[in-house]
Amino acid sequence: MDIFLLEAAINGLLLAGILALLTLGLNLIFGVIDVVWIAYADLVMCGMYAVYWLFAVFGWPLPLAFAASVVGVAALGVIVHLLIIAPILRSAPINQLLATGGLLYFLQSFATLLFTTDFRNIGVRLPIIEIGGIYISYSRLLAFAVALVGATALYLFLKRTYIGTAIRAIAQDREIIGLMGVDQRRIYLVTSAIGGALAGLGACLLALQYDVHPFIGNTFGPLIFMICVLGGLGNMIGGFIAAFIISQIIAIGGYYFSTELSYVLAFMLFIVLMFVRPQGIVRR
Amino acid sequence: MKAARIGSIAGLGVLIALPFVTPAYFLHLLIQILLWGFIYTAWSTMGRFGLVSLGHGAFMGVGAYVPALLWNYFDVTPWLGIPVGIVLSALLGVIIGYPCFRLKVVGHYFALVTLALGQVVLLSIVAARDITGGSLGMTPRSIGHSWYALQFPDKAYFYMIALVVWLGGLLVWRWIDRGIGREALEAISDDEEAAAAVGIDVTREKLRVTVISAALTALGGALFGQYLMYLNPESVSGIGVSLQIVFAAIAGGMYAMLGPTVGALLTIALTEGLRVWFGANFVGAANAIYGILLILFVVFMPRGILGWLEMARRPRAATAPAE
Repeated sequence: MDIFLLEAAINGLLLAGILALLTLGLNLIFGVIDVVWIAYADLVMCGMYAVYWLFAVFGWPLPLAFAASVVGVAALGVIVHLLIIAPILRSAPINQLLATGGLLYFLQSFATLLFTTDFRNIGVRLPIIEIGGIYISYSRLLAFAVALVGATALYLFLKRTYIGTAIRAIAQDREIIGLMGVDQRRIYLVTSAIGGALAGLGACLLALQYDVHPFIGNTFGPLIFMICVLGGLGNMIGGFIAAFIISQIIAIGGYYFSTELSYVLAFMLFIVLMFVRPQGIVRR
Repeated sequence: MKAARIGSIAGLGVLIALPFVTPAYFLHLLIQILLWGFIYTAWSTMGRFGLVSLGHGAFMGVGAYVPALLWNYFDVTPWLGIPVGIVLSALLGVIIGYPCFRLKVVGHYFALVTLALGQVVLLSIVAARDITGGSLGMTPRSIGHSWYALQFPDKAYFYMIALVVWLGGLLVWRWIDRGIGREALEAISDDEEAAAAVGIDVTREKLRVTVISAALTALGGALFGQYLMYLNPESVSGIGVSLQIVFAAIAGGMYAMLGPTVGALLTIALTEGLRVWFGANFVGAANAIYGILLILFVVFMPRGILGWLEMARRPRAATAPAE
């Protein structure tokens, strides 16, 4: 096997980690609150700016900046839920989609206003590891590991805690849950906070690899939606599998053709799969 | 209804007289309002029936790039290139629409499929950078004032073209609004299963408005390319454009004939107003305000400004057909 192809495949595998992490947050919000946050990738952009400003401009230690980003975006998630989602919880799904589309517009433009369209880099470059002629970026490896840890932590939280059980219950049947003495609004807030925190965590990992600019959400936002839908909205294991398939297409397609064409391929696959299996690739 | 007819004839007279009295800057704004108004109207022809597309940039992109590429590389006049772009765009509408409608991909799933379609077109244009100039955009070869090349340095010509096209868009809207298809489509957007049960060909009806919408949007994109003489993948096919189309149509009111045009008037007045008041370094402010307005509109008046005014005027007739 061609060693460069193998390298592309391994990098694709590592890319899948971050995508899976972001998909997880989106999926949680969809499964529990039943709302598609089309501006999710732009929350990630906010987190990346938080890391950039706190670390590169104000000189905070990196771990502290990371923690602040996670907490900040979690708070942002709660605010978004309270201000935008809660008032339209009962309206048509398409209206909810449009309202979060408005949020996307707002966040991108507001970031342009505050930070201009400059590409900003936090200036940390982790070393690149070489194993038998294959080069692997350490930051991607780290991102992959953190994504796995994050997913496991979320899994344990959902399985082992009272609130996690309530969240899973609400995803199954939101009518009956009130009768069981669970405060629906509180669960929604917790879910939004977790979804936001995952976006913040994703932002920290992405800030290590990419420059931040106001429109960075557009580059991977559609991608994580696609993965989420492919995996079956609300289905976390499906999301993981879809993340791996899509990132392999992008990595290997990028090796054979070009980056843009590999994305075109991935989006076309998405469209075709929506026709063939609209409920997602993995049966629930 | 006589007063309304006199009013609209007088309005049309004013619109035709405008290029002779307004300064070039305002003419530029008016052309933009008319062309965007036309594109928003095109979006609404399907949007009002619950077919919310987040990928109209795809149709705009095909409509704008095909004639420009044909002109630059094969010297094909836009009179031929634009129809080719329109046909290709309509074809794209069929390729996406037919399976969607056949397999009942509706609501936000339909929106996400169209979003992906927009990305496919956008990234294809960027990927074909050897001929399209990629993210840097491209310029149709300029030969000065020419009917053959559909290039007019004098804005008054484009104003008249935009006016005619916009009126054509309104006529198409009215034709759909008064036709039998409208009732079928409203029934479909209310309850697809029930509509199918009473014998409505759901796929055909939806496909019809989708093809019309795609074709008109492509025409709008082509005229924008001819008018601005510059094409950029982000500005004709990006997510930003696709969302802007949705927002303005909803803000103006997609259930009224002039609603989308009011949306265009509103958004362009807002952009220009902010630009004039705050200067060009206030980039992004207008869009940030759009975003907030979009949220407020969806939350508080999902029928748009004109729809809201109509409802306020006759509160009892306010039976929302589609939401």
